Amino acid sequence: MSEKIRKFNWFSMFWDGFRNMTTLGKTLWILVIIKLCIMFFILKPFFFPNFLNSRFDDKESKADYVRQELINRK
Amino acid sequence: MELLNASLIDWSRAQFALTAMFHWVFVPLTLGLGVIMSIMETAYVRTGKEQWKKTAKFWQTIFGINFAIGVATGIILEFQFGTNWSNYSFLVGDIFGAPLAIEGILAFFMEATFISIMFFGWDRVSKKAHLAATWLTITGATLSALWILVANGWMQFPTGMEFNPDTMRNEMTDFWAVALSPVAISKFFHTVFSTWILGSVFVVGVAGWYMLKKRNIEFAKQSMQVAAIFGLAASLLTAYTGDSSAYEVAQKQPMKLAAMEGLYKGQEGAGLIAVALPNPAKKSWNDDEKEYIFKLEIPKALSLLGYRDFDAFVPGIQDIIEGGYKLQDGTMALSFAEKQKKGEIARLALADYQTAKKAKDEIAAEKHKATLMENYPYFGYGYLDTPDQLVPNIPVVYWSFHIMVYLGGFFIVLFLAVIFFQRKDKLKDMKWLLWVCIISIPLVYICSQAGWLVAEFGRQPWAIQDILPLQAAISALSASSVKITFFLFLALFTALSIAEVRIMLNQIKKGPEEESK
Repeated sequence: MSEKIRKFNWFSMFWDGFRNMTTLGKTLWILVIIKLCIMFFILKPFFFPNFLNSRFDDKESKADYVRQELINRK
Repeated sequence: MELLNASLIDWSRAQFALTAMFHWVFVPLTLGLGVIMSIMETAYVRTGKEQWKKTAKFWQTIFGINFAIGVATGIILEFQFGTNWSNYSFLVGDIFGAPLAIEGILAFFMEATFISIMFFGWDRVSKKAHLAATWLTITGATLSALWILVANGWMQFPTGMEFNPDTMRNEMTDFWAVALSPVAISKFFHTVFSTWILGSVFVVGVAGWYMLKKRNIEFAKQSMQVAAIFGLAASLLTAYTGDSSAYEVAQKQPMKLAAMEGLYKGQEGAGLIAVALPNPAKKSWNDDEKEYIFKLEIPKALSLLGYRDFDAFVPGIQDIIEGGYKLQDGTMALSFAEKQKKGEIARLALADYQTAKKAKDEIAAEKHKATLMENYPYFGYGYLDTPDQLVPNIPVVYWSFHIMVYLGGFFIVLFLAVIFFQRKDKLKDMKWLLWVCIISIPLVYICSQAGWLVAEFGRQPWAIQDILPLQAAISALSASSVKITFFLFLALFTALSIAEVRIMLNQIKKGPEEESK
């Protein structure tokens, strides 16, 4: 069986792919976008600040803090 | 001494376990189904039969649903590293940077590039180019898993590094020792082959449902044919690599092996438990309760498995705590008390090194650094007060290991039965076997999660084996903040799981004919 292949073009592949997307594809994209928004715009900034980065500006200060933690932690 | 609230440790562990286990619901299906759909597309390209294309496209859709819902769930683990496990993250940053950067690049560029061709590229590129994109998608996903497992393997067997007390980092000295660590390699192959089993059982189960419903029989037969043969091969490979994994565990994490087998007192020519009922009254490694209510074991098999010698001594939990037995390299094993002493010396040396450095006393600093380095392999023992803290949860590890092994054996029988009856063309009429195929879907997820529990519960209390226990690895946060995020994740992941199951079931009900429209 012969297949008619159009000249490959990245842009038109994505353009046509998104434009002719099935309901399932659209649902999945919406889910992915909602999930990523929750993760990066809510969870990360409000609930998961980087513990050391939010307290110290440079590597030396972080190293000093971790050293004290490891010496004093029980 | 700074004493952390025990509930902070427990909630931090629970949160990490929750996230990792949910993530591990999605990943194995991606890896397993990815290879199966690639094999199906290969059959299409080789035979030119449209039915293979229809079959491959259906499973690619299921793959896409799982991929879309599971994608980025692992990133939450990285959020937790920075927030909940800051001491750990700082100590390992140098080691994990390289593997995780490679993972990110491969995951993002390779998968994202080729998955778009896989879904959007039908009829836009040649059959062979499309097939290459499909294989490269799953190759990219598998290589991502490699680097994650290299990082995990390093936590179980830290190698190729040197601790720098100035930067407070474990710095990588030998990339290849980290990347090709025998623990990482055996872990990678065992894990990836096990995902192939999961993918195969999933396909066999769904195809079984179509046969029961007497729908899409050709599609179901093709799916069964590929998945059962591939699943059988994957099962045998998983068993083979399970053997090498057990060997590595015996060498590097003897406590984990003892917990897997519920072995309290070591013995020469130790047997491997075939069937047993551990005694629930046994609460501690040094009480007088017997280990099992009954047991049936394969003689000398544990010695062979762990040390490649029928008569080798396999240390039990008590031996590992009390020491004094001969190790493989001919030296005597240290007791918990001796290791604890070395750990305390190492911690003290770190404190003295810091003081000497501040006083600009380089001679004293060098002396303390030498003491620190000499005792660093036991650094983590300095945080443990009692030998009980060294023992993981035995019932969880024991039952997880045995459930994994029993189910692994069951899947071999299942695949053999499916192949046998498929060849006789009787499978579609064997309702009981088709039901077994369907019921096997939740069982294979239980098996997969049990494997994770063996690997991760079995290495407790260590975040980094022998170097950093959990209580030293976590950040000084309030337990309530970790508790809140635990429930946030629980809600998010439950919603994602419900979405996954609903969308997938909906698509399965529509069937492969929907794909060709």
